[in-house]
Amino acid sequence: MQTTVKFVKKGAPRWVSGAIKTPAGAVSRVSSDWSRTDMLGMIKSRIGAYRMHYTVPPGLYAVGEATRDSDVFVTANYKLSFDIVRRALKGMDAWVLVLDTQSINVWCAAGKGTFGTDELVRQISVARLSEVVGHRRIILPQLGAVGVSAARVNKETGFRVSFGPVEARDIPAYVAAGYKKTKEMSLVKFSMLDRLVLTPMEINPIMKKYPWFAGAVLLLFGLAPTGILFQQAWQGGLPFLALGLAAVFAGAFVTPVLLPFVPFRSFAMKGWITGMLITFLTMQAMGGATGQSALLLAAIYLFFPALSSYIALQFTGSTTYTGMSGVNKELKIGIPLYIITTVVSLLLVVLFKLREWEVL
Amino acid sequence: MKYLANVSTLQFFSDKCTGCGRCVEVCPHGVFEMRDKRANLIDRDRCMECGACAKNCEFNAITVNTGVGCAAAIINSLIYGGAPSCDCSGTGSSCCG
Ligand code: SF4
Ligand code: SF4
Repeated sequence: MQTTVKFVKKGAPRWVSGAIKTPAGAVSRVSSDWSRTDMLGMIKSRIGAYRMHYTVPPGLYAVGEATRDSDVFVTANYKLSFDIVRRALKGMDAWVLVLDTQSINVWCAAGKGTFGTDELVRQISVARLSEVVGHRRIILPQLGAVGVSAARVNKETGFRVSFGPVEARDIPAYVAAGYKKTKEMSLVKFSMLDRLVLTPMEINPIMKKYPWFAGAVLLLFGLAPTGILFQQAWQGGLPFLALGLAAVFAGAFVTPVLLPFVPFRSFAMKGWITGMLITFLTMQAMGGATGQSALLLAAIYLFFPALSSYIALQFTGSTTYTGMSGVNKELKIGIPLYIITTVVSLLLVVLFKLREWEVL
Repeated sequence: MKYLANVSTLQFFSDKCTGCGRCVEVCPHGVFEMRDKRANLIDRDRCMECGACAKNCEFNAITVNTGVGCAAAIINSLIYGGAPSCDCSGTGSSCCG
């Protein structure tokens, strides 16, 4: 679904309400209220339906009755980032300078360098900001500091950069306190809700690979000396298919949501623990270990907790506190283990099959 | 929440610090604190190597290796070569979403 919000005079988006005249030309004024479309857009972008296209045109916007003395806040042209800022500025008179981050949020874009010094310098000059406002202060979201060197912006544009709060919703309090942040305002959080919101984006990509896993499992179990037997494929494969889903649930949902409550700091360990637990519970639900061959049981308890561990490790890409060196360390230890576990469990299943065929 | 201990590459050279306070202003994990008009490294294990402090310390008192802390990106770079790059598609506050 492509819903690029095009900015044309006639069909101006609903969040635009008029314009403000400035020495540098007319600047569109935006509303601080969210319409139903904005709300829906937020939900869809969270789920990942069309977020790559969820964008606003870069440039300068006004909120309220912005004047030459009003503060300038900078944000990204990911529409959700922009919407959160304009909502936070409700009741204030301010300018919002939107950088072209290719519709990516501030933190992520700052990491990539698109929310960066050069782009900020460029937008300041394109918007002729020094003609629009009389002062030389500009307020950036704190997380933009990853990409923006305040000193260089000052050197190149004359504007003095302040890094405001992490969360746009703290802007009014920050301004009221005389542009001072409390320690709280500068710490990035990672609440259970934050983590919950991220889980669809963990589950979706892995579920895209699930059909391959399912195909391989059914093939393996259906394989017989006389060809592929469907009955056998289902009977033998079904528990594995269920355990596969359980491992996804453990690694991509349970681990992220319960993150601080799962022991160990390593994501691989966290994922393995929840994976072990969920695998065990799933096995119990399916009637326990009775009637299962020891070979298959060994394969199950080797493979599925490891799968959950691998999936949980992917979540390092979405957290707000894991760094590169740590992830590298986990991968250096983890990847060989994952490969060995997969190969060994595969061998166990093959061994089981050979026994079944009475070859061994 | 803390990630692995003793892995961050953050280094702080207090002799170069002028006490401007930028690092405290930009660090999202409270790794630095101002004490006696100087920055103090109070908890390195909280550092996520985002690089904001090093980028904004004009006096080169801070160095850190930054890069994407994203397993998928690192694995991809191992398989397909090249530097790890985050396929950010924009979630609320995080990367790689
Ligand atoms: S930014 Fe650099 S000079 Fe300024 S307080 Fe921090 S370490 Fe010291
Ligand atoms: S690299 Fe980021 S997390 Fe680490 S100390 Fe610097 S600002 Fe803080």
